[in-house]
Amino acid sequence: MQLSSHASVADSFSSIDESKETDFTLRDGARIAVIGGGPAGSFFSYFLLKMADAIDLEIEVDIYEPRSFSQCGPAGCNHCGGIVSELLVQILAAEGINLPPSVVQRGVESYVVHMDVGDVEIESPAHEQRIAALYRGNGPREGGDVLLDSFDGYLQGLAVDRGARVLRKLITDVEWLDGRPCLQNADGDSSQYDLVSVASGVNSNFIKMLDDHPAGFVPPRTTRGYICEFRSTEEEIRRILGSSVHVFLLSIPRFEFAAIIPKGPFATVVMVGDNLDQELVHAFLQDPVVRKCFPTDATPCVCSCSPLINLGARKRPYGDRVVLVGDGGVTRLYKDGIGAAFRTAKAAATTAVFQGVSRKDFAKHYWPACRAIANDNSVGKFMFATNSVFKHSRIARSAMLRMAQREQEKESAKPHMSSLLWNMFTGSAPYLEMFRGTLHPGFVSNLLLNLAVAIRPERSKRKVA
Amino acid sequence: MRGALGKQYRDGETIIRQGDVGDCMYVVQSGRVEVVQSSEYGEQHLAFLESGNFFGEMSVFEKEVRSATVKSAGEARVLKVDKKMLLRRLREDPLLAVNLLQTMSHRIRDLDAELSQHRETHL
Repeated sequence: MQLSSHASVADSFSSIDESKETDFTLRDGARIAVIGGGPAGSFFSYFLLKMADAIDLEIEVDIYEPRSFSQCGPAGCNHCGGIVSELLVQILAAEGINLPPSVVQRGVESYVVHMDVGDVEIESPAHEQRIAALYRGNGPREGGDVLLDSFDGYLQGLAVDRGARVLRKLITDVEWLDGRPCLQNADGDSSQYDLVSVASGVNSNFIKMLDDHPAGFVPPRTTRGYICEFRSTEEEIRRILGSSVHVFLLSIPRFEFAAIIPKGPFATVVMVGDNLDQELVHAFLQDPVVRKCFPTDATPCVCSCSPLINLGARKRPYGDRVVLVGDGGVTRLYKDGIGAAFRTAKAAATTAVFQGVSRKDFAKHYWPACRAIANDNSVGKFMFATNSVFKHSRIARSAMLRMAQREQEKESAKPHMSSLLWNMFTGSAPYLEMFRGTLHPGFVSNLLLNLAVAIRPERSKRKVA
Repeated sequence: MRGALGKQYRDGETIIRQGDVGDCMYVVQSGRVEVVQSSEYGEQHLAFLESGNFFGEMSVFEKEVRSATVKSAGEARVLKVDKKMLLRRLREDPLLAVNLLQTMSHRIRDLDAELSQHRETHL
């Protein structure tokens, strides 16, 4: 079977909206296809089957995922920093999903913020390890000797335990027959479904097919990030980085932020910036603040990539019998992408089981979950823009550092700046909540006080030192 | 342990104490914890909870003090789930409560069975 042109795939999805069909309820025997077996696809499948089982609805779920997450390097990877936020770890635990130690490469108990004016360690407000550093696939290239389990593989296993079937096939085309989507795979086989959930992510070829068509599925704005895996020994990584994620607020042109995440014998460097290129990566890795924290000269880079990062929301991530979940639709700005995948996947699954699979059903019951993330991202953009202004002012950096250091030193102090930095870097709270925190009189007065101290150069130098 | 989440407790270490005010629930990540209740007749063993089980959830839904003490039975690792986070998420996603309700319903069923057995023994 021939591959369809890009436009024909998108046409297939948009044309069904004109269908006269009125029964969009999933009934016994309904068949659902999930394109992409990463977190969004596995969460969608898991909750769809769990909720269907709760109301005695018998459905079939096929997950199309050509990759095996048991493979090292790009073949089994989903190009992600690999942090499960404090918020999602707790939600998953409440859902009865507890991440096993073989999946979690390091439980994170603090974030260390590095700036040219000094650094500050911000401990988890709960004083326990509630953030998981992990690998989406089976670890970096050349990491085959390291025993670890993939996060994506673990979630896929949960979906399979619920009854989902994983098909290692690449979907190449979609047609509509009698108002229902018919998926064609690279082997030339085709199958008809009652619902297709597109969970293949912003970096997938399938999403690119949709993006190329202007009708209906207007793509979100994206940028490129940079991820690199450095290898050493587990002891050395623990000695250098501890159980902390190290984040950097540096005044390098085009640089937004970067983090170094310890994961067993590896350290993952994640970086975001404008028009990110090798020059910017080099400038970051050679910055004295970074070299002091993590000397990359002594640790070889064994795997790297520059994945696309979704910066916005797809205008309409649904249609009749089709729904986009995960970052192919909408995700949180820079942070907690897996958390956003969880939220959108569960909202879409709930809609499909309890409401229906029409465009109207998704617009009424699924879109609010996406819109909430998109609206919060608008506040997030403002927060990151403000952060950029602060980041490029030495006085502002000194004030931020001093304020956070004092809060960490005194247990009785209200952690205004610490909470803001913690939430900004961990994605533990909505951006709106962070913004509200910055309007608190205690935050404003403390920041002004610390700015005043920082403006007096000699005195501020002594305090920071 | 390389990838353990939550907090490690030593054998016999108290995780929550009966009578204390609670603002979170807990999920056992590894090991085993023991639930005991003190009364005028002394300390009574109620249950052992293992990996995946949760406790302290009553404090999330009602403003009462902890009804029992939970301590580590051997080394155990336990994750704290904040009340504020949980209630906020429940507002956005009421189905998050289903797993909690299923466990609580199961516990009521077990209590009913125990009560029935107790009555039969004393009749």
